Amino acid sequence: MDDIFGIPAPLLFGQLLLGLINGAFYAMMSLGLAVIFGLLNIINFTHGAQFMMGAFAAWMLLEWAGLNYWWALLLVPIIIGFTGVVLERLMISRLYKLDHLYGLLLTFGLGLIIEGVFRNQFGSSGLPYRIPPELQGAWDLGFMFLPIYRGWVVIAALVLCLATWLLIEKTRLGAYLRAATENAPLVQAFGVNVPRMVTLTYGFGVALAAIGGVLAAPIYSVNPQMGTNLIIVVFAVVVIGGMGSILGSIITGFGLGIVEGLTKVFYPEASATVIFVIMAIVLLARPAGLFGRA
Amino acid sequence: MPLHRRDVLLAGSGLALAGGRARAQGGPLRLGVLTDMSGPYRDLTGPGSFAGARQAAEEFSAATGMAVEVIVGDHQNKPDVGANIARQWFDREGVEALVDLPNSAVALAVSGIAREKNKVVLGSGVGSTVFTGAQCSPNSIQFTYDTYMLAKGTGDALVKQGADSWFFITADYAFGHALQADTSRFVEAAGGKVLGATRYPFPATTDFSSFLLQAQSSRAKVIGLANAGADLINCIKQAREFGLLRSGVKLACLLMTVVDSIALGLPEAQGLLMTESFYWDLNDRTRAFAERVKGKRQGAVVHASCAGCYGVTLHYLKAVKDLGLERARASGLEVVNRMKAMPTDDDAFGPGRIREDGRKLTPGYLFQVKSPAESRGPFDVHKLVATTPAEEAARPLAEGGCPFVRT
Repeated sequence: MDDIFGIPAPLLFGQLLLGLINGAFYAMMSLGLAVIFGLLNIINFTHGAQFMMGAFAAWMLLEWAGLNYWWALLLVPIIIGFTGVVLERLMISRLYKLDHLYGLLLTFGLGLIIEGVFRNQFGSSGLPYRIPPELQGAWDLGFMFLPIYRGWVVIAALVLCLATWLLIEKTRLGAYLRAATENAPLVQAFGVNVPRMVTLTYGFGVALAAIGGVLAAPIYSVNPQMGTNLIIVVFAVVVIGGMGSILGSIITGFGLGIVEGLTKVFYPEASATVIFVIMAIVLLARPAGLFGRA
Repeated sequence: MPLHRRDVLLAGSGLALAGGRARAQGGPLRLGVLTDMSGPYRDLTGPGSFAGARQAAEEFSAATGMAVEVIVGDHQNKPDVGANIARQWFDREGVEALVDLPNSAVALAVSGIAREKNKVVLGSGVGSTVFTGAQCSPNSIQFTYDTYMLAKGTGDALVKQGADSWFFITADYAFGHALQADTSRFVEAAGGKVLGATRYPFPATTDFSSFLLQAQSSRAKVIGLANAGADLINCIKQAREFGLLRSGVKLACLLMTVVDSIALGLPEAQGLLMTESFYWDLNDRTRAFAERVKGKRQGAVVHASCAGCYGVTLHYLKAVKDLGLERARASGLEVVNRMKAMPTDDDAFGPGRIREDGRKLTPGYLFQVKSPAESRGPFDVHKLVATTPAEEAARPLAEGGCPFVRT
């Protein structure tokens, strides 16, 4: 068997692929954060809790309403996105004139409260959610077994990321959004309802997190802590990619997934730390992030 | 709600009844369940442990007329928080004994305080063997299980089935290391081989596929999972997803409970092996106990911590009664010595005894998770496969290194 740096090649390829899969989640989550930060200037620390709510909503739809995975994929982003809209109107919109720190504190606190409520209601050991029958099974790639569901996650994430990027960079609506980011009063003067656009953008970012939650439900156990572990890494991804940069967060998400995957082979103990080491280096060399504008 | 708001406030803040009260004299005998009410071990202990202790207190009060009060506190898995609550309970609330103590770090922290104040620690959720080993205390009991029992029960059984080469996926902290080390010892003693191990960052890991793939490429017959709770559940789900189990690899879940089997669901969990000292459907007495305590569990399963807190509380109360309330209040050490001298007997665990070092001798049961076809109800998830006799399930007394035990 061919070895690469003392690691059998099949194992290494397998890890690269797994890294890409985890990267898909990072990309999807950081994309939502980047969209929200780009327009609202809010560092949305509730994102992890909203990801978790997405997974729970999928479980509730299945258990209580008998609606399967595909319905969940359609309905959950709408439902959770709507809770985001309510949240933005009631609370977050009051903080736009204040320092970033206030938004961070509010969303962080909300995240803790939501997580606590779910833990109180559903316990901490998690709920079962099965992979939908259409996506069960695995492909034998020779060097590894690739579960069909994981392949689906990568494809779904890529499509979502691409669609979001196109929406923001190539459409008229996206142009309004970008313009409002630069100079909101001017855009409003042209007759665009900026506050409503801001609200909907927050809802959209939250919906992205919720879709991530639905996609994650069959792989990870549906439990109240599931967002907490992910959110810290995702913030590092956003910082490395450049706050508010859409393309940056997508590329960095996938890239860091791969870096993390490789670390798990060579020195597994450091796999949770490696992303933060990279973050520190990037911040020193390019404080605005790899794709950010200083 | 069986969990009274007042109890929680009292326990959580410790300030609700500030100012010394003359509770220590007269009044009901007070026990404090110090447990994880809000963190990762909540479902394995927490409200279930509180229910078990209250059940014992109610049954004992009804039988003897002795007034017993049980309160609960949340240590949040932080030794300093646990120590704080323990001190307030002992100094201000007149609590005579602490019950449960999941999370060995917290248990060890409060054990010193109980010894200093001559109170009692009734450990049910304590898993570390250090608790009755190098850091043992004459005021403490370890009732329900320890990592030695888990490692031996599961490790021995699998090697005997011919699964003799192992690879460990280990949570990178003290508990994971201890579980891996203990199990490795049994595997090697039984003629098996340990091919390797990978340690993952705890608690920051949710995706285990990478570690599972490494385990697979080691060509080991068994993957030992030295972790617990959500990590364990994710490992099992993902092992199935990546087709490891279909290729004939076995999973050894070193700390798995009935709660995990239910959380995973039988389609995912079927066939897995695990060791526990209690299962509600073991015999007529356990079924009777589960039936009695059911009302306090709000539709959740009666698990080992619930049974353990019931058993240890009942035995403690018997010893207090035997000794007399005044003497029991004066010296926790005397109560614990009496507990060791009297044989134990309760519906959850049957007859047994407590050893000099504080370890309750209890059989280790090896369970297998049923298939969906075998199960007749939501809690009907395990079947008994093998039993390690009580005397063999605990580490030999001489190997523990407990300073006050003369062997």
